[in-house]
Amino acid sequence: MTAVVAEYPGRSGASLKRSRRWALITSYFFLILFAIFFLTPPYYMIVTSLKSDAEVAHLATNPWIIANGITFEQYRLLFQESDFLIYFKNTVVVTLCVVAITMVVSVLAAFSLSRMRFWGSGILATGIFLTYLIPDTLLFIPLFQIVRGLGLLNSYWSMVLVYPTLTVPFCTWIMIGYFQSIPKELDEAALIDGAGHMQMLLKIFIPVALPGIIAATIFAFTVSWAAFVYPIAFLFSADQQVLTVGTVTSLIKADVYKWGMLMAGALVAAAPPLVVYAFLMDYYIAGLTAGATKG
Amino acid sequence: MADVALRNVVKRFDDVDAVRNISLTIPDNEFVVLVGPSGCGKSTTLRMIAGLEEATAGDILIGGEVVNDVPPKDRDIAMVFQNYALYPHMTVFENMSFGLKLRRVAKAEIRARVEQAAKILDITDLLGRRPRQLSGGQRQRVAMGRAIVRNPKVFLFDEPLSNLDAKLRVQMRTEIKRVHQKVKTTTIYVTHDQVEAMTLADRVVVMNGGRIEQIGRPQDLYHRPKSRFVAGFIGSPAMNFLPARLQSNGDGLLLRLAPELAFPVPPTHTARYQSSAGKDLILGLRPEHITEPRGEGREPRCEFAMTLDVIEPMGMETMVFFTVNGTEVCARVEPSAASAPGQPMRLYANLNHMHLIDPATELVL
Repeated sequence: MTAVVAEYPGRSGASLKRSRRWALITSYFFLILFAIFFLTPPYYMIVTSLKSDAEVAHLATNPWIIANGITFEQYRLLFQESDFLIYFKNTVVVTLCVVAITMVVSVLAAFSLSRMRFWGSGILATGIFLTYLIPDTLLFIPLFQIVRGLGLLNSYWSMVLVYPTLTVPFCTWIMIGYFQSIPKELDEAALIDGAGHMQMLLKIFIPVALPGIIAATIFAFTVSWAAFVYPIAFLFSADQQVLTVGTVTSLIKADVYKWGMLMAGALVAAAPPLVVYAFLMDYYIAGLTAGATKG
Repeated sequence: MADVALRNVVKRFDDVDAVRNISLTIPDNEFVVLVGPSGCGKSTTLRMIAGLEEATAGDILIGGEVVNDVPPKDRDIAMVFQNYALYPHMTVFENMSFGLKLRRVAKAEIRARVEQAAKILDITDLLGRRPRQLSGGQRQRVAMGRAIVRNPKVFLFDEPLSNLDAKLRVQMRTEIKRVHQKVKTTTIYVTHDQVEAMTLADRVVVMNGGRIEQIGRPQDLYHRPKSRFVAGFIGSPAMNFLPARLQSNGDGLLLRLAPELAFPVPPTHTARYQSSAGKDLILGLRPEHITEPRGEGREPRCEFAMTLDVIEPMGMETMVFFTVNGTEVCARVEPSAASAPGQPMRLYANLNHMHLIDPATELVL
C-alpha cells in the first residue's frame, strides 16, 4: 500500500512533465511559424532596400539575397533626392499635435464621465464609444465637406483636425475603464485632504492611471502615424503630404516603381512606431488589459 | 477640537430612506461609535458628517457651525477608510503630507508633523516605502497617520479594521484607543462589530433601519437595553429570547416558559412588572446569566435540568446549548461543570439580570 502511494506521485509527475513538454513543443512550432510568416515581409524590405537599382531590376538574381554587395544608395537617394524628409517632418508634427490633443481631451472626458456623476453621463459614455465603431472610410466624405468649408483642404493641419475623430473615442473609452478601476475612496480621501477636481486629476488619477494613459498614447500615436484614407483624400501637394501617402505617391510614377527607395522609405517610416512599442510594450499590454477587465 | 451635532438629519437615495430623522450631539473630545447591522445608515451618517454625502434634510453642525453647504476640505475633518485609500504612487511620507501640502503648510512644519505622527504610530521606518510594500496593519497605521498630521477638529473612522485578520484587529483596536488617549480629538467611529463598539467607545450609538435605537455608555447598553434590538445586538454570544407568560402567584409573579418550567420573578423586580401580569411577553436573559448552580443566596426555584444539544468549549468557559419549548438557548458554564451532548445538566437562571420585552412594541419593559 505504501509503495503504491509512494510511486503514484512520481508517475503523475512524469506524465505532467511529458504533457508540459508537448505543450511547449506545439507552442514553439506555431510561434516560430507565425514569426516567420510575419517577419518575411520586413526581411524582404530590408534586403531590397540594400540593393542597387540594377540588381533589383535584374530578373535573373535571387530576390531573397543580396548578390552584388550591400549599398546604402537607396537611403541616400531617399533622403537627398526625394521629398521624404518633408513627409517625415509633416508626419511628426501631425502626430505630436494629434497625440497631445487626444490625450488632453480624452483624459478630461474620461475623468468627468467616470467620476463626476452628472445627468446623461452614462449615455454620453456609450455614445462616445459608438462613434468609434463608424469606420473612417465612411466618415471621410462628410469630413471632406467640413475640411473644405474650413479652408483646410490640402493642408496637413486638416489631419490634426480629423485624426482625433478616430483617436479620441477609443482613448476616452480606455481611460474610462481605467479610471473606473480606481477605488472611489481614493478620490474621497483626496477630497477630504483638500484637493479640488483638477488637483485630484493631476495628482492622483493621472499618476495612478499612467499605464492606461501610456496605452492610450501609443494607440493615438499609431493611428495618426499610420493613417492612410484621410491624407490620400485631403492632401494633394508634396509639401503638405505625410509619410504613408507621400512615400507611395512620389516613388511610384505611373508604372515605374522605385522599389529600392520604396522599401527604404517604408522601413524608415516604420521605425518610430517600432521604437515606441519596444520601450512601452509592457505598459501598453498592462493598460489594455486593466481597462478591459476592470472597466 | 470641536463638538459635532446632528439635528433631524434625513438622507434619501431615490426612494430609499437610508437615514430617518436622527439627532445626536457629540461633545468635544468624545469617542463615539456608531454601530449596527449593514444597511442601518451608520456609514451614510458618517459620510454626511464628512461632506461626502449631502443631507436630504436637517442640519449638521461642527464646532457650532452648520456645515451642510461646506465642502469636505473646509470642514476640518480627517477620515480613515475601510480599504485605507492610500495613494498607491506616493510614499508613506508623501501620503501623510499630501493634505498639508495642498494647504500650503511650510515644508519644515510638514516634516515635523509627519515625523511626530509617525512616532506616535511607530511607522518612522516606513516613511520611504510605498503602500504596496506594507502589510495590512501598517497600511492602517499610515491611514491613521494621514489623519493625525492634519490635526483636524474631528476624526472619522469608517469600519477601519474590517479588512484585517482577527488578531491584528484586536491589536489595532488597542492602538486606536491609545492614539485617542494621546491625541484627544472628537472621534466618530463606524463599525458593525459590537465588540469594537463596546471596547472603544465613550458612548455607543446603536442604529437600526436608519434610526437611532439607543445612545449610551457601553455598560448602560449592556445592562439596560431599551429595545429587543439593542438587547440582542450588544453582547456576544447574543442574549437569549424566550416566549414566556407572566403570571400572578400570590404576592409575587411567576414567569412560565413551558408547562413544566416556570421561574419566580425576583421580589426586587415585582413592582416594575406588576402591571404586565397575565400577558405573553419575551424573556431576555444573557448566556452569562444562565450557569451551573453557583453563588450564595440563589433562588432554589430557578434551578432546572436540561438535556444538552451542543457543547462549545472556549477554554476559560464553555457554551452549552439546549432547547426550551422549541427555542434554542445558550448558557455559559464552567468547563468542568459542562456535561456531554445528550446528557442532562443542572442549570441556574439568574433572573436578577432578566429583561422583559413586550412582543408588540419590541421595547424592554
